[in-house]
Amino acid sequence: MSHAPQSALPVGHYAYDDVDRTFLKQRVAQFRDQVERRISGALTEDEFKPLRLMNGLYLQLHAYMLRVAIPYGVLSSSQMRALAQIAQRYDRDYGHFTTRQNIQFNWIKLEETPDILGLLADADMHAIQTSGNCIRNVTADQFAGAAADEVLDPRVYAEILRQWSTLHPEFTFLPRKFKIAISGSSQDRVAARFHDIGLMAREGENGRPVFEVYVGGGLGRTPVVGVKLRDDLPEEDLIAYLEAILRVYNEYGRRDNMYKARIKILVQALGVDGFRDRVNAEFSAMDKARYKLPETIVEAIRSRFGVPDFEEAGNGPEKLVQQRKADRAFDFWVQTNTHKHKQAGYASVTISCKPAGGIPGDVTSAQMNLLADLADQLSFGELRITHLQNVVLGHVRQDKLYDLWQVLEQNGLGTANVGFITDIIACPGLDYCALANARSIPIAQKLSERFASPDLQREIGPLRLNISGCINACGHHHAGHIGILGVDKRGQEAFQITLGGAADQAEVSIGQIIGSAMSEDETVDAIARIIDTYLTVRTAGESFIETCRRVGTTSFKDAAYATA
Amino acid sequence: MPLLENGQLKDDNWQSVADGAALPSGDILVPLSRLAEGLGRNNEGRLGVVLQSGDSVDALRQALPRLDCVQLIFPIFRDGRPFTQARALREHLQFKGEIRVGGHVLPDQYEFLLRCGVSAVLLREDSDLAVWQKAHDAFTVAYQPSVLEEQPEGFALRRRLF
Repeated sequence: MSHAPQSALPVGHYAYDDVDRTFLKQRVAQFRDQVERRISGALTEDEFKPLRLMNGLYLQLHAYMLRVAIPYGVLSSSQMRALAQIAQRYDRDYGHFTTRQNIQFNWIKLEETPDILGLLADADMHAIQTSGNCIRNVTADQFAGAAADEVLDPRVYAEILRQWSTLHPEFTFLPRKFKIAISGSSQDRVAARFHDIGLMAREGENGRPVFEVYVGGGLGRTPVVGVKLRDDLPEEDLIAYLEAILRVYNEYGRRDNMYKARIKILVQALGVDGFRDRVNAEFSAMDKARYKLPETIVEAIRSRFGVPDFEEAGNGPEKLVQQRKADRAFDFWVQTNTHKHKQAGYASVTISCKPAGGIPGDVTSAQMNLLADLADQLSFGELRITHLQNVVLGHVRQDKLYDLWQVLEQNGLGTANVGFITDIIACPGLDYCALANARSIPIAQKLSERFASPDLQREIGPLRLNISGCINACGHHHAGHIGILGVDKRGQEAFQITLGGAADQAEVSIGQIIGSAMSEDETVDAIARIIDTYLTVRTAGESFIETCRRVGTTSFKDAAYATA
Repeated sequence: MPLLENGQLKDDNWQSVADGAALPSGDILVPLSRLAEGLGRNNEGRLGVVLQSGDSVDALRQALPRLDCVQLIFPIFRDGRPFTQARALREHLQFKGEIRVGGHVLPDQYEFLLRCGVSAVLLREDSDLAVWQKAHDAFTVAYQPSVLEEQPEGFALRRRLF
């Protein structure tokens, strides 16, 4: 039964103490002061911009956008309710989950932002370093601490890196933004090789973790697959080695051209061996004792994480088998939207935020409150946001799945499409974003409607469809099995199609553009023809990406540009 | 130009020597390109070097025991290289003298500068000292070790800032 000392801790994420809360209050006061200095003119807009960005505040096309950090994607039910309250009081009653496991509010007033940050601080949340040329929110596997294939829980290390990178004195004015992801499973669910630093943790020989370190991956204008720097970084060197990488980047990364300023460009310029030599030189010169991460600190952080108090499976699994037999739609949902749990009698549930015709990742305040209630009832009060813009309940008893599914169905959250063609990643696009060339949302909605049939989606099988409204690639189009890139074609919104990208396969790859841009409707039709071609040429059991890799893109290209 | 050190404004008695000018006597700051020349003076005062943000601190390795001051320049506040230069001077080269920063610096960066080992900041004439003091007092905790070797705060990597 429940262990009293642990029941007070939030399950799945770090519990703040008074020191952490004091820090957040001080951060809010600092930002309030910065806003006042901006309004008084003591700070120019040029000087204020990075300061507001490092509190998550962007100036978009129509309003300010506030991006709130959800460290490693995990939040408690009470934190979700605080987000719902912000959506309702300060926004237009909804929020948008992002590919960095954060949430964005799109209709924010500058002068209200300090109050919003204050509300967040009351819920042990913040918007620190969700933007700006600094170390961003560290992402982790959405099934951390639950997945049957997990080697170790990456969230403890993501939290250590969150703390270490928070207001880091040396790395807050880097050449460009810096993204770190960490996975604790042999199955890479974080796209580690598409990050500035990707960490793959595994058990080391002494019972402590070791990390594979990838560097220089990324999407954006210049998509690059990261290269391996270290195979076996010991836990105690984790902070020191990352310090060394960041020092080399801060000193040598380009600052003359923001499009050439990411670490991937530096790694390419120096070559992986040249880059590694500089990192190793820095690593061997530094004061190791100062930056050592001892086991005691790791365990002290770990002890601030609540752990779920699992119950015996009982006859839950048998009950689930019966319920699946009795209800075909429920059975489909279980197949697509649940993930194997390490604990007998439990499952992890992915709640799709992509209903047919909906806007990927958008959730209303009512849905947020519902999700919070469901987390309290069914998953130890814990929720996770995925980099695919969905929500996960990590630990649900198998005999509760049917009840859960019915409630989700009634509230527009029961779509059985996780991993399918309508589980679309899309950036906010020209509807919101000052950088975009084209709107991402309407074409996502049209594709979602075109392929809405559950039977058709199941027939097509696993397929990652990603949409970016411009070359900056926030919708990760290069990593989509099918990618869509919005461009400006002589003043008109148009779309290019890429094929063959993958961040979720053993072998990662970057999608290639198959031809010239088309209108929104032409693109939707072209993708339908690409899918028809796939269904014709695939061999038994072959997924879209596998077919694409086997036959190449020519036949798909011919289909895409065939006019009836 | 006023110099902020340990929360106090003080007179700056160092003379910066322009590229072509003859080296005066007294305490002088020379560009890296004139370091050898500066070292060649005979007991005419203390010597410091001005590093641009693109200069490598390693160029000072030999000369550093004979330098009393290194001045780092922010061409713009967003260019974060001087943070790494300062930290490297303290941590790699064990420099114990004055590290000062000039150029375009914001009060909001003050604490970061101190924690990277900077000891003084050249302020613009119109600077409001109270804003800098407030920036220094803004936080009582930091989340990582620094060259200042602050005391641990509670547990983990946290450090007490005063």
